[in-house]
Amino acid sequence: MKTVSIIDYGMSNLHSVSKALEHVAEKNWQVTIGQDPSRILQADKIVFPGQGAIGNCMTLLHQTGMAEVIRHSLSNKPFLGLCLGLQTLLTFSEESGGTKGFDWATGTVRRFEEPLLDPHSGERLKIPHMGWNQVYATWPHPLWKGIPQGSRFYFVHSYYVDPQDSQMIAGTTPYGNLQFASALARDNVFAVQFHPEKSQQAGLTLLKNFLEW
Amino acid sequence: MGLAKRIIPCLDVDAGRVVKGVNFVNIRDAGDPVEIARRYDEQGADELTFLDITASSDARDTMVHVVEAVAGEVFIPLTVGGGIRKMEDIRRMLNAGADKVSINTAAVFNPEFVQEASQHFGSQCIVVAIDAKQVSLAGEPLRWEVFTHGGRKPTGIDAIDWAKRMVDYGAGELLVTSMDRDGTRQGFDLPLTRTISEAVNVPVIASGGVGTLEHLADGVLEGKAEAVLAASIFHFGEFTIRQAKQVMADRGIEVRW
Repeated sequence: MKTVSIIDYGMSNLHSVSKALEHVAEKNWQVTIGQDPSRILQADKIVFPGQGAIGNCMTLLHQTGMAEVIRHSLSNKPFLGLCLGLQTLLTFSEESGGTKGFDWATGTVRRFEEPLLDPHSGERLKIPHMGWNQVYATWPHPLWKGIPQGSRFYFVHSYYVDPQDSQMIAGTTPYGNLQFASALARDNVFAVQFHPEKSQQAGLTLLKNFLEW
Repeated sequence: MGLAKRIIPCLDVDAGRVVKGVNFVNIRDAGDPVEIARRYDEQGADELTFLDITASSDARDTMVHVVEAVAGEVFIPLTVGGGIRKMEDIRRMLNAGADKVSINTAAVFNPEFVQEASQHFGSQCIVVAIDAKQVSLAGEPLRWEVFTHGGRKPTGIDAIDWAKRMVDYGAGELLVTSMDRDGTRQGFDLPLTRTISEAVNVPVIASGGVGTLEHLADGVLEGKAEAVLAASIFHFGEFTIRQAKQVMADRGIEVRW
């Protein structure tokens, strides 16, 4: 039996993530929601979903001991970060009056600049960036297997990651005149800005790919 | 290419059963929320909204089970509205698998509830539903007022001011329903939707009055809505979501296929 543990730091809606993983998991997988750091450290794979404001998220991660679990897992096992679970991996975020992240990727999490205009229609685009947008893989990664270029995933966010090393960018998404990084990857870590657990077929494929990775 | 405009079917749920006669071909149980949700998902619905219209508080728990069951099988965003009055109501729905909750009456009676909810759970999951009626007379500049109790009780609150205030309080999205148009099948109140959409910087969902697929496209093109919500035109099997998307795409609107 192999286990994938979803990090629970008391803020996110983990039901959706766990249901989606159970939906795609083969029988030899056990999906667990982890609150006990020592048990999560024993899991084969880690999923780190995040929601809400980053300042509050980092505070809770430190309080619950999950920060150490994340730091440790980032260096040694398949790790999937979702939404804020991507943003916290950078050096620094502009959100919550400036918040330090895990610095797994050197770079900054920035707020979409206002006004953000649609390059074609000239119309003002809303923030948060909410809804189904396209993702373009920048290089073939096992997690993109079977997912066509330009597939739509569900996004909800007002900040985006801007890593220094562009080679870490595994996928991009257009919003206004920006092509922001919607996926980062290096070694054992893959992290996305969108919500695969809410992205129907494309999202389920990505989660299945993660379990098979 | 970029962000797609969303189509959101809305289902009324009473004591765990979908009401208002959903009429799909070959459906085994027309009142089963899971089966109906699955149909809409297959047709390409971008999100689903469940409106809990259960009158008795005893039966309210059933909504939690409905959300759990649907979230276990349908992997698109789910919003739950109706009876969201306390922080605990939000927590239960999110824990059950809802992605957003829609707050309506409770926001009017206690606006700080929206502030508290968005600070705690994040703006991304807080939708404020605004039921508005035009109150300006012919010849006057257009003005709308917020109503409660299904459009029966005026609040004296200007709908545009209210929309801005709710966004200041942390609403991540606004669901704007014209109580003048609701149930009429004459189309959205486009000036209402557009005025609110241009006044705020969060996504606006147009609602109330859809009778044709062209109305959905009008909501985006003229109403400037980021998403359109409809109930009866999809429920009665008149049109599929896919047909709606085709009409929108033909008019140059970006949709998700």
